[in-house]
Amino acid sequence: MNLDSMTKIPGEWLRGVGPEADIVTSSRIRLARNLSSYPFSNRASTHQKAEIEQSLRDKLQKLDAGPKLEHLHVSSLSSLDRQFLVERQLISRELANSDGPRSAFVSETETISIMINEEDHLRMQVMRSGFSLDDAWTDIDTLDDAIEQKVNYAFSDEFGYLTACPTNVGTGMRASVMMHLPALVLTKQIEKVFRALQKINLAVRGLYGEGSRASGDFYQISNQVTLGKSETQILGEIREDIPQIITYERQARDTLSRDSRQALQDRVSRAYGTLSSATMMTSEETMDLLSSVRLGVNLGLLDDLNIHAVNDLFISTQPAHLQKIMGSPLDGEERNSARAKFLRSRLRELGSNLN
Amino acid sequence: MKCQSCGEPATVHFTNIVGGKKQEWHLCRECSEKQQLLKNQELNLSAILQTVIGQQLGNPTDELARLTCPACGIKYMEFKAGGRLGCPQDYKVFQSALEPLLMRIHRAQRHVGKIPPHAVADAARQLELMTLRQQLRHAVDEEHYEEAAQLRDLIRAKEANG
Repeated sequence: MNLDSMTKIPGEWLRGVGPEADIVTSSRIRLARNLSSYPFSNRASTHQKAEIEQSLRDKLQKLDAGPKLEHLHVSSLSSLDRQFLVERQLISRELANSDGPRSAFVSETETISIMINEEDHLRMQVMRSGFSLDDAWTDIDTLDDAIEQKVNYAFSDEFGYLTACPTNVGTGMRASVMMHLPALVLTKQIEKVFRALQKINLAVRGLYGEGSRASGDFYQISNQVTLGKSETQILGEIREDIPQIITYERQARDTLSRDSRQALQDRVSRAYGTLSSATMMTSEETMDLLSSVRLGVNLGLLDDLNIHAVNDLFISTQPAHLQKIMGSPLDGEERNSARAKFLRSRLRELGSNLN
Repeated sequence: MKCQSCGEPATVHFTNIVGGKKQEWHLCRECSEKQQLLKNQELNLSAILQTVIGQQLGNPTDELARLTCPACGIKYMEFKAGGRLGCPQDYKVFQSALEPLLMRIHRAQRHVGKIPPHAVADAARQLELMTLRQQLRHAVDEEHYEEAAQLRDLIRAKEANG
């Protein structure tokens, strides 16, 4: 798989299509599975991990169903390439930063990825642009069945799929939606929404999942409970609750456009102006400004850009993406200058295309 | 506990371990927000989770504290400290401690979701073997040795096929 060619497309999570894609950028389902006859990854020896990797790789390469999967030897990738895959949400930070034999399988469309020797032996995920958990479930259920034909999963009638951490046991399923909620942040209602979500057992995290804080007003909302409810039940609860948040965000956007249109327009134009003219840009500031620009585009306050271009800027300005696009590794300062330069030229290009 | 900064009741407790050095803060919500403790710190959820699992498990009985999984060798105390189990067998070995923990995390103790298609076949096979073994014992009790021999061979063949 040629990672460099992937920089030309935004990846599934920012493809910007699918239901409610202006607010729900993507839906994702992850399943945790383990082989019945080995210790969990944290207790497996390097030798055992190599065996697990080898055996699962052989089996995944011979799957009967589904799209073709490309194998990536994560252990032998450069740290830049690993970071690049994390930014595209194809592998977890944990897999990228851990040691020992580990690998990943990725489908060409980037909708399917499977990690081997993460916290669990197998972590598979299906991602879909927009609010499409049902499609994601159909795909991952089929993939899981296809793998299970060849592999003996650790499973008990009482506790379901057995996982290294008791917080994942049962279905082993984490279903999540990535939401862009700038208006709820601006109107300071986001905390209230979080508290409500926690009450109904939904977890809220930042863009890159565990250990990352919300950046660019992207929030990942997922189920916390994996035991005692069926997959259908869990998905049904999320499917019912997410539209409520979409409605709140839309109401907040309406309020802003109605009651503080001038201030909002100013905020969007300033963000756009800074992005088009600054000479140093951190990743964090870029995300924050792009968030305002994205809101502006979605509310028709900015004519120079379309939503796909903005989505593309979000991913292209991430540290590893930027370095790949620039074609050389850059340290912090160099990166901030390169990022600003990239943004200036991209925005000029996009502006002139539309005019 | 009082907030280290202003003396109000502390509601945010924060432990930071860098290079083996432990730092602790106990602050009220307001002071923690002022200091941006939580914001500036990469929230390490798995570390928080470990602590939570350790706390939820409470103090083990002597029997539990001595328990070691015969399959993977993990000690109960290691699981309590690390928050991660060592192998699939641990769910049985540490069941008595796990069930209350699962109840707190999931508000449930039993799986009701997907069952892997082959596990169904396996369960059916287990049941069949169990039934055959009962028939065998019955046959021996009744001194039907010819039938018992047939059953014994059948069980062996079925076990070998698994």
